[in-house]
Amino acid sequence: MRYIPNTPDDRETMMREIGVSSVEDLLKPIPKSLRLSRRLNLPNGLSEQDVVAAMTAMARKNLDSVSCTSFLGAGSYDHYVPTAISDLAGRSEFLTAYTPYQPEVSQGTLQVIYEFQSMICELFRMDAANASLYDGGTALAEAVLLAQGYTRRSRIICLDNVHPHYRSVAVTLGSPLGIRMDGSPHSAGHISATALENALDANTAAVVFQYPNFFGIIEPLEPWIRRVHDAGALAIVIADPIAMGVLEPPGSWGADIVIGEGQALGNPQSYGGPYLGLFAASDKLIRRMPGRIVGVTRDADGRRGYVLTLQTREQHIRRDKATSNICTNEGLCATRAAMFLSLVGPQGLRQIGEGCMQGCGYLRAKLAKVPGVEVLFDGPHFKEFAFRIQADIPSFSKFMADRGLLPGIPLKRFGMGLDDALLVAVTERRTAAELDRYVELTASFLKGAKA
Amino acid sequence: MNIPQELLYTKDHEWIRIEGDTAIVGVTDFAQGELGDVVFVQLPEVGAKIEQEKAFGTIEAVKAVADVYAPLSGEVIAVNSELNDHPELMNQDPYGKGWIAKIKASKLAAEKARLLNPSAYADLTSA
Amino acid sequence: MKRQQCIQSLQKEIPLVFELSRPGRIGYDVPTPVPSDSFKSVPSVLRRSTPPRLPELSENLVMRHYTNLSVRNHHIDRDFYPLGSCTMKYNPRVNEHMAAHPGFASLHPLQPAVTVQGALEVMYRLSEALKEITGFDAVTLQPAAGAQGELTALLMFRAFHKKQGNPRRKVIIPDSAHGTNPASIVIAGYEVVELPSGPDGLVNVDALKRILNEDVAALMLTNPNTLGLFESRIEEITSLVHGVGGLVYMDGANLNALLGICRPGDMGFDACHINLHKTFSTPHGGGGPGSGPVAVKRHLEPFLPLPVVTRQNDLLEWDWDRPDSIGRVLTFFGNYGVHVRALTYLLSMGGNGLHDVSEVAILNANYLRVKLREAYEVPFDRPSMHEVVLSGDRQKARGVRTTDIAKRLLDYGVHPPTVYFPLIVHEALMIEPTESESKETLDEFVEIMLQIDRDSVENPDLLKAAPYTTPVRRLDEAAAARALDVRYFKD
Repeated sequence: MRYIPNTPDDRETMMREIGVSSVEDLLKPIPKSLRLSRRLNLPNGLSEQDVVAAMTAMARKNLDSVSCTSFLGAGSYDHYVPTAISDLAGRSEFLTAYTPYQPEVSQGTLQVIYEFQSMICELFRMDAANASLYDGGTALAEAVLLAQGYTRRSRIICLDNVHPHYRSVAVTLGSPLGIRMDGSPHSAGHISATALENALDANTAAVVFQYPNFFGIIEPLEPWIRRVHDAGALAIVIADPIAMGVLEPPGSWGADIVIGEGQALGNPQSYGGPYLGLFAASDKLIRRMPGRIVGVTRDADGRRGYVLTLQTREQHIRRDKATSNICTNEGLCATRAAMFLSLVGPQGLRQIGEGCMQGCGYLRAKLAKVPGVEVLFDGPHFKEFAFRIQADIPSFSKFMADRGLLPGIPLKRFGMGLDDALLVAVTERRTAAELDRYVELTASFLKGAKA
Repeated sequence: MNIPQELLYTKDHEWIRIEGDTAIVGVTDFAQGELGDVVFVQLPEVGAKIEQEKAFGTIEAVKAVADVYAPLSGEVIAVNSELNDHPELMNQDPYGKGWIAKIKASKLAAEKARLLNPSAYADLTSA
Repeated sequence: MKRQQCIQSLQKEIPLVFELSRPGRIGYDVPTPVPSDSFKSVPSVLRRSTPPRLPELSENLVMRHYTNLSVRNHHIDRDFYPLGSCTMKYNPRVNEHMAAHPGFASLHPLQPAVTVQGALEVMYRLSEALKEITGFDAVTLQPAAGAQGELTALLMFRAFHKKQGNPRRKVIIPDSAHGTNPASIVIAGYEVVELPSGPDGLVNVDALKRILNEDVAALMLTNPNTLGLFESRIEEITSLVHGVGGLVYMDGANLNALLGICRPGDMGFDACHINLHKTFSTPHGGGGPGSGPVAVKRHLEPFLPLPVVTRQNDLLEWDWDRPDSIGRVLTFFGNYGVHVRALTYLLSMGGNGLHDVSEVAILNANYLRVKLREAYEVPFDRPSMHEVVLSGDRQKARGVRTTDIAKRLLDYGVHPPTVYFPLIVHEALMIEPTESESKETLDEFVEIMLQIDRDSVENPDLLKAAPYTTPVRRLDEAAAARALDVRYFKD
């Protein structure tokens, strides 16, 4: 077997040297009744070339966004990933290292994570960030648990214009500890003052906002955050890191915890994972944060160096009193994100944001003019918007897919009372020609459907 | 090992200096040595009511955490806020500048019997 | 270059990316946006008032910076990495190439199922293989890591007990358990009951009997345990727990010892997680992403997280209609890119190869146990499985702590074993060589460990100040925690 260097001869020698006659001697602690008396019912191992053929055959059965044009978003986005990132992050040194438990030989990973933390703090204007969480939804769950512990209150208000998957992850992971997640209806996609006012009470630990929200709408959050603080609760904001080149960051408005999905920062969409949960908090919450945090220090010769710090929060030390059970450091995805942000810089990030907004506005305005289409919800949009179509959505999706376009995500699957609408994402990758084609095909489908 | 003769001790490695009905509390030299470099101390709040042998504060070292247990029941009347900025005082001067809290004891007479004298504490740490 | 100069150059401080930044540089040219006035029309209150202070570098400078940082890491492709319980085996390159295939990497999680039949096939085949390997009836691939797998299983246990009428209150773990176990138990809403290990390092069955009652929701065990020992009385243990209506969970961290030899499903466990990033060779990436699928027996299947892949006729589909499900534990379906790598590995190894993996991993660990016992205390000196735990007590008596041994190993280019864990062994050194290492590497490691032992007698000060040849020397971790500096821009 190509991954096991010790030959049968090597094994014989080793056994002789330690005085056993066969591996069976070493397996004696396992009761006979438990030994698998047959071979595993799996095919025998394949040559690399056969493995590649088998895997590629499966890959080819999929409609990927290289061979078609994707307008799918809702938490996973088709932003461009500069080629340098895969090469750099694919280096053995980043790929095959483990959690930096021995800092003297992990300075590469540790410095990258310190840089990543610093970049995330800049993007969101927050005091501290980690690189530990699995994805946006689990980051929300951790934020909610933190808010419960900090405020000693157990109710969370999660606005109805927040990604429904994020909310359901927080419900799954928060309910055993008595967290109650309540909604608060939106008003035409926007935060409803009356609904939020009615929802806030003395047992509210936090209010969860999304920015831009699930429908792509950008709303100024400052007054809401102030109101939440007046009620003695924390403001948790789910923010799109890609938007932070052009939009005022939630930290400037006093958000206590900003979380987000970091996939867009140089990570492939990869059918939903692995992704990168962003998590940033204000100073007062740092000792309650989940996950690994890297800090600066000096070595015995006075050189600057980096270590995992505040480890007493973590499960390997505090065990049942830990702030979280997280053991992961989403290192490789965070490394890609740090590389992405280093490549694009403030100027590139602004241009990407501008590209998203322009493309989104362009498609939205043109679709609005197509008879049979109703674009939903007014106000500035970032890179997503919803529209209704006077037709059967599955037939529309199939019509578009047959022509190489994935036109959007049917909102029906989220059970939000918008069963006849699609959510469309337009990133900086979409060209004017692709957007025009979307509009033309939609118009021709609707014409055909009517006929 | 430094175990001052004029103090009383607990099995959880706190020391107690009794002055009338108040008591100053800290952790022993042995305890700080076992913990290593102290990096953070979670102090109780002034005014907090505490109960003998219940945790009322936490000490964090780099890779260890220890609860501080109340040696006596009563009320916290002062805390050593110097430790917020200089937790290392607990390592450098555990019986002096590293003190943690001052307690007004409410059941001193009854509870004092549960405390250890210096030689009993010395036996505990050498066991 | 002379060796001294090499070290000097390696030990040169590398600037932070922010310190390399110069205004106006850019490493990525963004295409011209499509014409529209939507950007101009954004209200000023929403516009970013001061740009984020991200670094400004050209692409080649970014390449150089991160390349220079990378060489400051130890990693498996460089040398031995015997970190106990972490299974630092070789990560085949073909796995990476398959995961990067656009047919897998460029898929959106919410595409219609008909457009991702190949993607679902990967998940289906991986699940089927994991069922066969572990002896369970159903699998969820959703959990993103081992710790999340544990939590997912505990939430399923909770739902199971609730359905029976009472969620119960307690979960038992041995005192040798990984730290994630107690942390997950608390998040799942349970109380932790710690069970002291017996003198043989295994579960003390009599002590277990004493604490078992109808309030116990579950027992969580790692098998082989964190000492590398197989729980020989496991069948008795699982049936005792079942006797009071409790469930038994296996932490699958050490599955690399069992492939094709025995199966947790046959031992009476009700569920276990599998670390794809350990046993199934996917890269650790500096701590993640991992993947922690959970395998369960039939009676727990209704509670699996939403959704589950099913095959209907020739079509693979997501099944959402599962009223007893605990819900979602992740935003989408799991760390799919890791699933692709794991399936690639499974196809490469096959059933025959997997059996070899465990046999060689076990032989390698026992080889080190026997070779090292002349110099190091082996608290449980009998055949172990894929890892062995030593104690540094003899060396400590000479004033050299386990941490000093670990740091000295770095000077030899070897990553130290897991240290100070499990907590029940003094000055523990937990060594897991994996099947990836050759006899020559193991012999070399033995030589180094014996040399360090001699140094602990003859030159203990050498060890106490080690390492000398790493990019940085010992770091002041207390200073880092006292004066926190966790971001570059302080204002």
